[in-house]
Amino acid sequence: MRWGVVVFPGSNDDRDALRVAERVLGDEAVPLWHKDRDLHGVDCVLLPGGFSYGDYLRCGAMARFAPVMESVAAHARAGGLVFGTCNGFQILCEAGLLPGALVRNRNLRFVCDVVTVRVETTDTPFTYGCRPGELLQLPVKHGEGCFVADEATLAALEANGQIVFRYVDRAGRATAEANPNGSLGNIAGVCNAGRNVVGLMPHPEHAVERLLGGDDGLKLFRSAPAWLGRDLATSRREPTVVPGP
Amino acid sequence: MALAITAEVAAEQGLTPDEWQRILDLLGRTPTLEELAVFGVMWSEHCSYKSSRAWLKQLPTKGPAVLQGPGENAGAVDIGDGLAAVFKIESHNHPSFVEPFQGAATGVGGILRDVFTMNARPVAILDSIRFGSVDHPRTPFLLKGVVAGIGHYGNCIGVPTVGGELVFDKGYDDNILVNAFTIGIAPADRIFRAKAGGPGNPVIYVGSRTGRDGIHGASLLASAALDQSAPEKRPAVQVGDPFAEKLLLEACLELMRTDHVVAIQDMGAAGLTSSSLEMAGRGGLGIVLDLDRVPMREEGMTPYEILLSESQERMLLVAKRGSEEAVRAVFAKWDLEAVVIGTITDDGRFRVRWHGAEVASLPVPSLTDEAPVYRRPAEEPVARLEDAQRLDPGSVPQPSDLGQTLLQLLESPNCCARDWVWRQYDQFVGGNTVVRPGADAAVIRIDGTRRALALTTDCNQRYAWLDPYLGAMLAVVEAARNCVAVGARPLALSDCLNYGNPERPDVMWEFQQGIAGIRDACTALGTPVVSGNVSFYNETEGRNIPPTPTIAMVGLIDDVEATLTPWWKAEGDVVVLLGRTREELGGSEYLAAIHGQVRGTPPWIDLEAEKKLHALVLAAAEERMLRSAHDVGTGGVAVALAECCFGGGRLGVRVALDEGMRADALLFGESQSRMLVSVRRRSLTQLRELARRDDVPCTVLGEVRGHAIVIGELVDVAVETAHERWRRGLERRLGV
Repeated sequence: MRWGVVVFPGSNDDRDALRVAERVLGDEAVPLWHKDRDLHGVDCVLLPGGFSYGDYLRCGAMARFAPVMESVAAHARAGGLVFGTCNGFQILCEAGLLPGALVRNRNLRFVCDVVTVRVETTDTPFTYGCRPGELLQLPVKHGEGCFVADEATLAALEANGQIVFRYVDRAGRATAEANPNGSLGNIAGVCNAGRNVVGLMPHPEHAVERLLGGDDGLKLFRSAPAWLGRDLATSRREPTVVPGP
Repeated sequence: MALAITAEVAAEQGLTPDEWQRILDLLGRTPTLEELAVFGVMWSEHCSYKSSRAWLKQLPTKGPAVLQGPGENAGAVDIGDGLAAVFKIESHNHPSFVEPFQGAATGVGGILRDVFTMNARPVAILDSIRFGSVDHPRTPFLLKGVVAGIGHYGNCIGVPTVGGELVFDKGYDDNILVNAFTIGIAPADRIFRAKAGGPGNPVIYVGSRTGRDGIHGASLLASAALDQSAPEKRPAVQVGDPFAEKLLLEACLELMRTDHVVAIQDMGAAGLTSSSLEMAGRGGLGIVLDLDRVPMREEGMTPYEILLSESQERMLLVAKRGSEEAVRAVFAKWDLEAVVIGTITDDGRFRVRWHGAEVASLPVPSLTDEAPVYRRPAEEPVARLEDAQRLDPGSVPQPSDLGQTLLQLLESPNCCARDWVWRQYDQFVGGNTVVRPGADAAVIRIDGTRRALALTTDCNQRYAWLDPYLGAMLAVVEAARNCVAVGARPLALSDCLNYGNPERPDVMWEFQQGIAGIRDACTALGTPVVSGNVSFYNETEGRNIPPTPTIAMVGLIDDVEATLTPWWKAEGDVVVLLGRTREELGGSEYLAAIHGQVRGTPPWIDLEAEKKLHALVLAAAEERMLRSAHDVGTGGVAVALAECCFGGGRLGVRVALDEGMRADALLFGESQSRMLVSVRRRSLTQLRELARRDDVPCTVLGEVRGHAIVIGELVDVAVETAHERWRRGLERRLGV
């Protein structure tokens, strides 16, 4: 498949994301320049981590106005796959493509660590290849990763199975100690109602090689072509909303 | 400005009466204010190295792998596959003491620029940071600010921070140290240098605009001692913008893929003045600058301010004539300015124009190669050293419960876990981090190859205080050993020489001893010095810091899969001590943390024995014989054994040590040239044979077993207990 990685000024993990797509998955990958509206026919748009436009205002608040984001929004509305990690997640929330918001970590400090997340639904393009409840080891590194939303939104996310990942301990329990940033409900990642747009704070692109500490992140990237294949097999249909397990 | 230029005005620029007279003789006239300011910064200790230059020449700087030695923005060594590692360590001590967040942040920003200026993409940052006693009221504030500042810059620009040091010593109560290191990777045949060429070529200013920040950072803040007025010097600290630097980094690397650039130089200390003069000086040429064209952040700046501003995230480059548009286009893509502000000339003069008039016209060599060089008087502080080196073992009572002593050491500020620090740094960006902070050295894979770089910074200031020569030597040796412990061959180093006031003969003597120690260790180990920095005037109201020659060593691993880590891998593996333990307590962490004494002589070092140890460990690593390896350093064998238990599995260890000396020296003494390794039982014979061949003492201590640290009859503590005490050390003592 063909991946596109958006490059904003201040994107840092764009190179890592391109490397995963090209060198690890052996797929096609193109950088998508923030000033360019052309998505170059990609199947999936990746919004990488980093500090777009310096993030001196509110994370992602500037990036949502980039010309490329108009095309990303159109791609998402048409059911195309969009995957945002860290700053990409923040941008998707700012752009209204995902519910909720990401605010300063509860302890007000940047946190870099390897965390455990639990897959809460396999009904998304990026968890399709996981087992329900599967535990993944993924790095986090952010200063503003505390997921918040109003009660009604949280209830709707729960009801619709839109919570994709939660921070848990090694035993799979969503405890306060396992939560690196104070996110409500230990939420690490969510999807939109159409399930084609997924965002998460952890960095699957940094967990693709055993040599570098683990390859759990690969499962998320490998899910996407499988999901697209599934769509083709059932002769193109709109993404379905199925409550998560 | 109708200001009369006098010796008093010169003094305000940091110039001595002698230097003022020298300027008058050199010019045969009174300088303008702008000219005086240029002399002030260029002849400052920070820019001219006037007190150290004569001595630095002793350092070995050549070797088969060296592509670029000292004298450029950074050093470069060949790492195979057509690639070069470009690196340097640099101090930002006084700014960080005055304003910890911005001081540390811009320290990182500055060293990053030094590296990418040479066409190397930065791949890792390390920071050696030193604070006063944990009990000093300012220590938590300074520590929090410095760590947040380093994280702010490194995280935002997207370069992983993978290690360094954190040391507490009351010798830094009034003058903390922040030494930042960056390494980047460049094509070996496309290293860019800061040597201007081609009269008539345009001088182009790129990056952020010039403001009024950082004026006199180099001359008055970095080249003078601190005093009560330190807080008032805050305006001399620059303000960092890592986002601007990220754009500058990408734009510069993109431009350097073309053939438009002749020379490029970061505007760091002394900003526009120093960058333009250094490029012209290295090329043996002249330069003319038109200050009216400099992009400015605010109205009403004077030429004096423009020349001295240390606004960050700026570069000066010399392009080929006719390339102006192409250069502008690359920077415009990244939303940055690129403005022609001058021309390279062949008259050997530094000329500055402002509003149509020439406000400065000076011979370039007088400001660079012919700047003053001082051979300051040096004198050994015999009385201080004689007293400090005297250690009566009878005055050191042996603790009754050595297991408790081990726990106390593990939670002491200089031994305990540094996770609170590391967690605030992005260690993953770049996707090549093989060994994260916390091992003997960090390991970064060289992208697209099977090789990897080992990176470490080291210095034991207590050793250097007790014996400035041995201390410097031991810093080099320990850094090299830390590379070897992860399976890397030490290649070359960068040094950051932090000392007190060079106008004091005892400090000057310490400095000369330090140079000699580094020289001798480097010569023996075959690791040249390719870059570095001298930081003098680390003095506050007469109190000087302990000599601190920080060594940043770079090692090369040929097969990244053979990388070693300190942690035990499996029950039943045999634990072996390589090297000899002597009865040595002088300068040890044990003596300082448990008995409150900094006394004695540092551990003995036999450089030949050290080399043999390195050869053995590297040979065994290559044979895939070793399951783990760990340097025996601070806290001795006992602390090293405990650290090896702190891996994911929390595997324990059961060993016995040959006695025949004081039990505390046996457990906590810091004898050099030792390494703890673990091997599969079936590899033991082979390791012993190798050790016999290489003439390295090889003692089987015991095995990896259970979940307790058991050392003969002396120590028996649960790994979990030890780990908890170690993990919470900083939190307990500093409340962070």
